[in-house]
Amino acid sequence: MSTIDLGQLADPNSPTGDSGAGAGRKGLTRVFPHVTPKLWVGAGMIAAIALFGLVFPFVVQNPQAISDVGLSAPSGDHLLGTTQTGQDVFAQLAYATRGSLLIGVLVGVVAMALAIVFGVIGTYVGGFVDEAFSLFSNVVLVIPGLPLAIIVSSYVPQKGLVVIAFVIVITSWAASARVLRAITLSLRSRDYVAASRVSGEKTWRIVAVEILPNVLPVLASQFLFAVIFAILAEAGLSFLGLGVSGQFTWGSMLYFAQNGLALRLGAWWWFVPPGLMIALLGCALSLMNFAIDEIINPKLRDQTRAGVSRADRKRLARAEAAAGTTEGATA
Amino acid sequence: MSTVLTVEDFSVDYAVEHPVHAVKNVSFELARGEILGLAGESGCGKTTLAYGINRLLKSPAVITGGRVVFHDAEGADILLPELDDKALRAFRWDKLSMVFQGAMNALNPVTTIQAQLEDVFKTHRPYWKKADRVERAGKLLETVGVDRSRLKSYPHELSGGMRQRVMIAMALALGPQMMIMDEPTTALDVVVQREILREIKRLRDELGFAVIFITHDLPLLLEISDRIAVMRAGEIVEIGESTELYTNPQHEYTKKLLGSFPSLTGDRGAFIRSGVDETAGGDATRASSGHEQATSVATSTGGAA
Amino acid sequence: MSTLEFRNVVKDYRVRGGRGEKGRLRAVDDVSFTLEAGKTVALVGESGSGKSTIAKMLLQLERPTSGSIVLDGAVAPRHGEALRRYRSDVQMVFQDPFASLNPFHSIGHHLARPLLLHGKATRSTVDEKVRELLGRVQLGPAADVAARRPHELSGGQRQRVAIARALAPEPRILIADEPVSMLDVSIRLGVLNLLAELQRQEDLGVLYITHDLATARHFSDEILVMYKGQVVERGTPDDVILNPQHPYTQQLAEAAPDPEKRIAERRAARA
Repeated sequence: MSTIDLGQLADPNSPTGDSGAGAGRKGLTRVFPHVTPKLWVGAGMIAAIALFGLVFPFVVQNPQAISDVGLSAPSGDHLLGTTQTGQDVFAQLAYATRGSLLIGVLVGVVAMALAIVFGVIGTYVGGFVDEAFSLFSNVVLVIPGLPLAIIVSSYVPQKGLVVIAFVIVITSWAASARVLRAITLSLRSRDYVAASRVSGEKTWRIVAVEILPNVLPVLASQFLFAVIFAILAEAGLSFLGLGVSGQFTWGSMLYFAQNGLALRLGAWWWFVPPGLMIALLGCALSLMNFAIDEIINPKLRDQTRAGVSRADRKRLARAEAAAGTTEGATA
Repeated sequence: MSTVLTVEDFSVDYAVEHPVHAVKNVSFELARGEILGLAGESGCGKTTLAYGINRLLKSPAVITGGRVVFHDAEGADILLPELDDKALRAFRWDKLSMVFQGAMNALNPVTTIQAQLEDVFKTHRPYWKKADRVERAGKLLETVGVDRSRLKSYPHELSGGMRQRVMIAMALALGPQMMIMDEPTTALDVVVQREILREIKRLRDELGFAVIFITHDLPLLLEISDRIAVMRAGEIVEIGESTELYTNPQHEYTKKLLGSFPSLTGDRGAFIRSGVDETAGGDATRASSGHEQATSVATSTGGAA
Repeated sequence: MSTLEFRNVVKDYRVRGGRGEKGRLRAVDDVSFTLEAGKTVALVGESGSGKSTIAKMLLQLERPTSGSIVLDGAVAPRHGEALRRYRSDVQMVFQDPFASLNPFHSIGHHLARPLLLHGKATRSTVDEKVRELLGRVQLGPAADVAARRPHELSGGQRQRVAIARALAPEPRILIADEPVSMLDVSIRLGVLNLLAELQRQEDLGVLYITHDLATARHFSDEILVMYKGQVVERGTPDDVILNPQHPYTQQLAEAAPDPEKRIAERRAARA
């Protein structure tokens, strides 16, 4: 073996090698060990953005109210300045946050549901269903996402939020389905699944109770990825004028900013905030994804600096120093 | 010198939240050409000890004390922990080599056996010509009982037993004075295991290297080793000549370990098929142990659990 | 009192050859044996001998290509309610204590499910029955163990949980597939003795699958030696091990480490 598995070391105070490993720690700490700061930073950012999108629309001005003060820089009256038609950018940002987040979450949830059906359930059932579902996933996967979304979107007359979300879902579930399929294939042959079958459990229960919980960490990671993808896709669609009509989203803000020649006119307060929000949310979701990856795959943990905590590093240094003096004494 | 390795007061710790003393003040000597069996269960520290001797430990494992001295046949005494990187590389495989656990799966699946054996030579004997390397590789295979024609095979074309022989050949490549073998036969069938053991013994007789043979299978050690050391929780609890240790164990743990192997040909019914109470839950008391001593029967070799 | 008969069972697997040809791999070749209440049959063989395939067929995880499995005179059912009843009669202890328990669920959950599924407990009595089961495999304190997750237990403890789970539906036939080969040496006998004790208490018919001839000798009433899918020798443990007839059995018996013989040889050599 190339690394020494700490889990195999016995507690020297136990009578034999056969002692319960880590029995003292709480169950949850062992299932989710070593949660790094990445998780909290990412979660914190997401919480802040979500709060902004949920609460602020109730306290800001009317984002659609036009006024005379067109394209004015941030000021006391308008925290982020105004658009070409004098609308308050800050208010728009708040509403746009809500809109984009809604799309992101909607797409994430539906895409995951589809991924579970085509990836997990189909794979577990096996046989013809597995082959068919797998083929279908692969075909959808090969179709380029954004172009397909553009085409579908251009045919749809009523571009409501749910419709656009649906359009994006079509192109985003297949990759996750493939990932979940790979995991299910491996889980399907585990002994505890066989043990459940031997116990007489029904198939649906085995999938729900034995397989899905072990798929959960990867599912969470795929969900976050789907959310990022959805928001970016929506921004892309909106930027092309094919996005949500009637509601504010970050993408639609960028679209109007582009139309209003904000860049040329130097009205940075109009396009920078929505762009920045997209970037921040993407960053936050990625951070959480990395943190979840480290939880799922302990090997990654040790290789990043964050994996070896400061306390551990100090301890290591002390131990090495002590060893140095001991050797010096006997040499 | 008739000793090839001296280990004195050797200790290894894992510097984690609650430091684990994996190896505690281990001392022993290995005579030239001797096979020393190192027996113990999972977690006793035998692998950590082997890695420590060879300086293969990675953080958070830290050597916290002791000496490891290799008595080179060419005269010098080498203090292992003090070798710098260059000297360590020259030392490894040339004077001391290792066969790792699960070694059968340590072969590169995409290159031939010949290429992998040649690799060893290219690294350690860079001045050899290709023809010499190939010749020596072929000879090595024959030494371990694999036909020379297998040089061109890929690992997946060989059986588990053959792959293990190839790993042993790789370890023998530079004619080391000492080998450490970590569970080399655990994953093999009993029949193949017997052949590999015979091979190792024959090679030792022929080439004169010493072996530290690590395993949990105590009866197996009796077949092959001259002396046996029993390890538990980081310490060597008993060490002695194999037959003596087997027939006259001194330490409680040795007796317990010996008692775990029912005799193949001895009296049947040496273990009465009754329940032996072993409250195995963490802090649960072994309250009913008085009860089970009555029902379990001592074997011909030692007390049962 | 139950009898499980394995009659002339053959299992073929379809294999794609290197050049796309379809071949057949005969994993089990016309094997027959009987499991009776209160008796242990040991199935001894190396990896690839077909013993695991036999276990899977007995548990209805695989179907025989030909031949039949008969429980108490009735052919083993393949689906529906009858299969569920068969499953409550025939249970298995898996080899790998680390893989046979779902890391996500608590021990209590692992034991409660079969109890509820086969009607051995109701929601109100299940906790008590779980504690009872844990007591029978000598794991305690029961309430504490039931709340833990598999990774908090040692290998030996997990295997006892696996045995408890197998016992939950009150089966009549128990198949133990290498139950101790992945456990630490010093606790193997404890687990085997536990199995023997439970067999005695419940009058179970046990199939003990192993590659270890020594434990097979001490824990079984009949040994079947398997090689490449066929039973090459069968008989009482003493007959098979002390007086092997088939060359493969002779090879096995000779290859197994036998310290007593070795010591005797050395003493003779010195004399």
